[in-house]
Amino acid sequence: MLLIHCPYCEETLPEAEFAYAGEAHIARPADPSTLSDEEWRDFLFIRTNARGTHFERWRHIHGCGRFFNAARDTVSDRFLTTYKAGKARPDLSAVKEAAE
Amino acid sequence: MSRYRITGRGRVDHGATVSFTFDGKTYQGLRGDTVASALLANGVHLMGRSFKYHRPRGVVTAGSEEPNALIGTTRGPGRFEPNTRATVQELRKGLVTESQNKWPRLSFDLGAINDRAYMLFSAGFYYKTFMWPKSFWDKVYEPFIRNAAGLGKSPTEVDPDRYASRNLHTDLLIVGGGAAGIAAALVAARSGARVVLVDENPEMGGALLSDPAVKIEGQGAWAWLDDKLSELRALGVRLMTRTTAIGYYHQNFVALCERLTDHLDTPPANAPRERMWHVRANQVVLAQGALEKPLVYDGNDRPGVMLAGAAQTYLNRYGVRVGDNVAVLTSHDSAYHAAFDLADAGSRIAAVIDTRRDIRTDLLDAAKQRGIEVLRGHSATGTKGRLRIKSVRVNPVQGDKVGASREISCDALLMSGGWTPSLHLFSHTKGSLSWDADSNTFLPDRKTEACHIAGAGRGLWGYAAVLEDGVKAGLAAVEALSRTAQPRDLPVENDRPGTGVSHTELPTDRSPGKAKAFVDYQNDVTAKDLRLAVREGMRSIEHVKRYTTNGMATDQGKMSNINGLMIAADALAKQPPQVGLTTFRPPYTPTSFGAFAGYLRGETFQLTRKTPIDPWAEAHGAVFEPVAQWRRAWYFPKAGEDMHAAVARECRATRASAGIFDASTLGKIEVAGPDAVEFMNRMYTNPWTRLAAGRCRYGLLLGEDGFIRDDGVIGRLSDDLFHVTTTTGGAARVLNMMEDYLQTEWPDLNVWLTSTTEQWATVALNGPNARKVLEPLVEGLDLSDDRFPHMSVAECTVAGLPARLFRLSFTGELGFEINVPARHGLKLWEALMESGRAHDICPYGTETMHVLRAEKGYIIVGQDTDGTVTPQDAGLTWAIGQKKPDFVGKRSLSRPDIVGKGRKQLVGLLTEDGSQLEEGAQIVLDPHQSLPMKMVGHVTSSYASATLGHPIAMAVIEGGHDRMGEVVHVPMPDGVRRARVTSTVFYDPEGARLKA
Ligand SMILES: [Zn+2]
Repeated sequence: MLLIHCPYCEETLPEAEFAYAGEAHIARPADPSTLSDEEWRDFLFIRTNARGTHFERWRHIHGCGRFFNAARDTVSDRFLTTYKAGKARPDLSAVKEAAE
Repeated sequence: MSRYRITGRGRVDHGATVSFTFDGKTYQGLRGDTVASALLANGVHLMGRSFKYHRPRGVVTAGSEEPNALIGTTRGPGRFEPNTRATVQELRKGLVTESQNKWPRLSFDLGAINDRAYMLFSAGFYYKTFMWPKSFWDKVYEPFIRNAAGLGKSPTEVDPDRYASRNLHTDLLIVGGGAAGIAAALVAARSGARVVLVDENPEMGGALLSDPAVKIEGQGAWAWLDDKLSELRALGVRLMTRTTAIGYYHQNFVALCERLTDHLDTPPANAPRERMWHVRANQVVLAQGALEKPLVYDGNDRPGVMLAGAAQTYLNRYGVRVGDNVAVLTSHDSAYHAAFDLADAGSRIAAVIDTRRDIRTDLLDAAKQRGIEVLRGHSATGTKGRLRIKSVRVNPVQGDKVGASREISCDALLMSGGWTPSLHLFSHTKGSLSWDADSNTFLPDRKTEACHIAGAGRGLWGYAAVLEDGVKAGLAAVEALSRTAQPRDLPVENDRPGTGVSHTELPTDRSPGKAKAFVDYQNDVTAKDLRLAVREGMRSIEHVKRYTTNGMATDQGKMSNINGLMIAADALAKQPPQVGLTTFRPPYTPTSFGAFAGYLRGETFQLTRKTPIDPWAEAHGAVFEPVAQWRRAWYFPKAGEDMHAAVARECRATRASAGIFDASTLGKIEVAGPDAVEFMNRMYTNPWTRLAAGRCRYGLLLGEDGFIRDDGVIGRLSDDLFHVTTTTGGAARVLNMMEDYLQTEWPDLNVWLTSTTEQWATVALNGPNARKVLEPLVEGLDLSDDRFPHMSVAECTVAGLPARLFRLSFTGELGFEINVPARHGLKLWEALMESGRAHDICPYGTETMHVLRAEKGYIIVGQDTDGTVTPQDAGLTWAIGQKKPDFVGKRSLSRPDIVGKGRKQLVGLLTEDGSQLEEGAQIVLDPHQSLPMKMVGHVTSSYASATLGHPIAMAVIEGGHDRMGEVVHVPMPDGVRRARVTSTVFYDPEGARLKA
């Protein structure tokens, strides 16, 4: 069971308190009606499926209830960092160096 | 006592006899014995038959890696367990055991014919033998496989035992209570760190228990052990025996299975049988030692052939000599000590057969002193003896030349092919391994977790080296914990260091094609099978493994993996690391399902949610059904009524006068705030802006893909407050979805979401007399149709209780839903029952609710929809706010595949013969087409309708909305039904009854 750091509670807690919520940084288009069928398809269904660093969303569902973002390595399953929803992708070079 | 037991020797209690049975015969053992040691003390080596060939097999090991001696054990009614390793099961009074895979009996087994039919079972037989002809499958192959497959018999009864689980947080977890683990604990415990030391055996000590002659810090090994374990206890170390670390997961999460009662004569009542520990450790030391490898040669599986280390354990720990006339076959120094110990205990050593030419002189001298013949540079090329070894055939080997054979009689043959570090847990962490060419073994390399590997587990041999390494690991762990500890010197006398070499199959002068040289005993895989797999094109070790099943038995190849790899690499003419090792997976040893389930079984498997009105339903004879986590009243049978009769009566009573229904399980979410209406507009398909306070509306929720996710009636209590209801099972999902959009897409909206499902008890009152039942109880509200019309909501007082009152209907009758604070739910129900007595009020359950709604064509999300149904498909286009610029899922409603022709659409179905269709039944257009028929849809809902006097059904059918009046066909086992496509509204299509 992974340990996950909730950036709102500022605590590292067992995975059982959290729920996965898909890939991060996929914003809902401001006006979907202006999108072509292909653009809308991509928004709905096309995901990165990264091998390595993956930006994804989690919800502290049995805690504070907040959605937040995480960078996680899909090979090792390890969390590189977590950050609040709405924040930009963090610079991971420092995190990755520390992990090695 | 039998002549194989040496009085006073070992760690067993010679004063305490314990009797048990094996295959119906009673034997005597001693307290502290395992089933295996007790049988060996009685001269019994034959303990089972092999899986595929039903060859007679004896015990090979003295530990949890045992592949052969698998037995069934019985601990009383319902407590039968197959595949228990006789080497692990401790003796207890009255233990009943039996051998496996034999018919009719262990000494004479008809299945052994498989042994002659070797060709049928060689590598890849699963893929080859049973392929053709097709007609053989049902009659020949499958019964044969079912009969032959599987180890042991599955228990047939529910396990009556209890199992427990616990969490444990610690600074340091040490796995393995041998010399290295104890040394690490000694150092770490003094630093003040919290230390847990676990071992799968009944006592700590590991190999030291089998090597009492070794001296540490000037003390005999066993005295030293007693001393150090007391020291550890005094320092507060948690010592856990009979506890197997079965899996090593992320971030130093280790699962331990502790066996609590299987060794007890009379377990305490209600004591858990096993306990699963979920350990989170800051640091882990793996000190799991090494496992001895067999040598691979023809007939290496006869009863009486076992590992040298095992024989040494039986002698020194249990006081049991494994034979009178023992031959030893080895490629490693360690086997000499087994030979010497047995010779000193009175067994004759027929010979030590060493595959090596250069042997340490001190070992040769010690053999000479005891009069033991040592054959250098020899191979074993065969064995004899049906149910017990009688002799071993040996040949000198000079380069490629195998010399003349010689027969050596013996009643036991000990073998040692060297030792494999036990790195299973390390492999669970995806830690990488590197090949060590000197020792022909894999050693731990790159770590992924905060762990330290010590002792024989990383290829060290000899107690001095292992203890020193344990101290080092303990110090490293302490340092990582930012604590300080002192190094400790643990000097060793009479140490037993050693080295060895590895082999593929031993060379032979006979045809290798005829040799039955076993690599994997448990799955009956031979060296020949591995070579055949390579010849037939398998290149990766993962393919070789699956093709031959080498290492795929319950022991996960603890004994066979390295031998298998050496042979496969040789056949491929590659170096072992280029061929690679298969992956070990948890659990380390077979683990009972009970231990995994723990408390989560029976009533505690999942919580049962009950409404405040549930006690009334129970007291009034309701039959319940589970709906999501809730238990809901299904119907209320009267004396002599079956479900059909009860539901028909409940339906008629509701349509005729008044019915009452506990709707408390409905999901409820309060959407509040200045932007609540904007939020509702964006989430739901319907327009909300112009819905006045005091009015309610059916709401439809889609996913962004345009498919229906949920629905429910939503009331607007004031400009900034909505009372949203969801389906019973969908409440948590809908709230999660709302939170997701609110938090991440529209954080600018000023809205609060609150789950109120359990705050309100909800009672639905339906029927032409519903108003008459309710009216006398209501204060502060005029219930007349003009003042409180259909789809109204108001706050008022009902039966003296603060209430949110909805006028709505899920039955097509005049209907109300009364919400009161949950704690008053039962009071409200009873008041309505009392008030309804004059109108023959009838309580009804979920089944009647389903029938009544289906008669009106109201859908149930998740029954009439399946996640691929759009509002258009379901005939709910009217619920879409066409003028709204956007809402969740709107853009998808114009996706080409959603506006395209031929989508499955929801329709009604009436059978021509008046029979009732089965829910889930498939629909075809032409029943005469050839098989497989093209299915165009399926029945989603089907009920007998007492109101209409005939059954009704709903279905999704391709292009269904354009097929009104057409006949479709429903093929069933007893014939094809003809059904006419209709509207989904079967009753009161004008809706006149709603507006009463
Ligand atoms: Zn949180």
